Amino acid sequence: MSGESQAPGGFAAWLEERTGLSALAAVARKKTVPLHRHTAWYYLGGMTLFLFVVQVVTGILLLLYYRSSADEAFESVQFIMTKVPFGWLVRSIHSWSANLLVLVAIVHMFSVFLLKAYRRPRELTWLTGAMLLFLMLAFGFSGYLLPWNTLAFFATQVGTEVPGGVPVVGRFLLRFLRGGDQVTGGTLTRFYGFHVAVLPALTTVLLGAHLLLVQKHGMSVPESEAEARTGRPPRSLPFFPNFLLRDAIGWSAAVGVLAALAALFPWDLGEKADPFAPAPAGIRPEWYFGWMFQTLKWLPAHVLGVEGEMLGLVAFGLGGLLLVLVPFVDSGRHPRRSRALTVLGWVVVAYAAAATAVVYLKQGP
Amino acid sequence: MTRRRLLDWFLGTSLGAMCLSVLYPVARYVTPPDVPEAETNRALAARDGELKPNDGRVFRFGSHPALLVRDPDGSYKAFDATCTHLSCTVQYRADLKQIWCACHNGFYDLSGRVVSGPPPRALEQYTVHVANGEVVVSKT
Repeated sequence: MSGESQAPGGFAAWLEERTGLSALAAVARKKTVPLHRHTAWYYLGGMTLFLFVVQVVTGILLLLYYRSSADEAFESVQFIMTKVPFGWLVRSIHSWSANLLVLVAIVHMFSVFLLKAYRRPRELTWLTGAMLLFLMLAFGFSGYLLPWNTLAFFATQVGTEVPGGVPVVGRFLLRFLRGGDQVTGGTLTRFYGFHVAVLPALTTVLLGAHLLLVQKHGMSVPESEAEARTGRPPRSLPFFPNFLLRDAIGWSAAVGVLAALAALFPWDLGEKADPFAPAPAGIRPEWYFGWMFQTLKWLPAHVLGVEGEMLGLVAFGLGGLLLVLVPFVDSGRHPRRSRALTVLGWVVVAYAAAATAVVYLKQGP
Repeated sequence: MTRRRLLDWFLGTSLGAMCLSVLYPVARYVTPPDVPEAETNRALAARDGELKPNDGRVFRFGSHPALLVRDPDGSYKAFDATCTHLSCTVQYRADLKQIWCACHNGFYDLSGRVVSGPPPRALEQYTVHVANGEVVVSKT
């Protein structure tokens, strides 16, 4: 490659000859972000990525002290919270950041949904994004059990029982998740393996593909904004350093928010799980599973001869499939279908929000 | 000072302070806390008669391994079982009547002195008391 600018000397030249990094720098210089009244939504992807990095870093730190056996898991987390310097901070940030990550990822996805940014040629960007959201939920579900406390134990008991109701493969799924018929120390080891090895490996691949696709296609400009500027050159902002610096402001604010949340509301550890104790009142999953949990509670035992739980599971499965297939349902050629999908999106969000609120407002039996 | 330089200075120091506020807790976190353990001065090594003459066994002396040896003549000796070379646990070799470290072939005699191999120092010797059918080892 011939250098368009002045050839660097010394270490820079040595590095350039071996890595060809200037090609990347050239891409970064050319990259721009469209400017319009919806530009703010573009920051959510970067924020999701930042919170994921926080999870990786704090997760690695927790690994230094965590012990993944039923006899020692609770005590090791207790040790982190009470004896290790700043251990309470690291664990609380990991827990708070996990929740914010899921929240921001959901908002990111919904903004992409409303701006219709999933349409051609970005179908695969949406697809990888939807899979990444499922992976984040799996991270949340598997990580919830790791402190081996009562709440997590019974939430996992219920949570793994649910896929057990799936026709044909239910029993296999239940045994696969639990590492046996019951939730035991074997389940803990298995969930630990999922949480720190399997899910990170899958996420690395999908996240790589997602980011690569975002770079390839650039940011999508909403139809209304593109039409509004017909005949005029599109307004844009250089990605480096302008957009990245704005991103960085958001990230430093996120660090502040996480530190404040961790300091003011340290994550509770609860009581050590006892598989032979009765389930206490108030067992509920993480908030992002709350709406499914509430739906299964609302469903009657039987609907038209079909088991209520089974019906709920089929509905969740179809819902998940529809989410993944959004770009193929609405390719932009049928305006009525597109509008119907938007309405459906809002209905689902409203329902999920209402059901989640019920979980938190209606305490007790 | 120009306005630009002042801003750069503020941004730079803020960034530095933020990095420090992250790195300090991380550095403290990765340093394991001291877990206080009770100092052990005595331990039950064996029941009298459990060990035959010209035999040895490793036992727990607090959180460390220690070695109890019964001489061919029947008397007891006890040592810190941590090799003075690179901290492997030593054992009694009945065939050679010596204490042996398998990691780097270090040999000690039955007084704990180095006979051959890389260990730089003798093994620390403990005091053995036999009373009421118990072999009790203590640090002197």
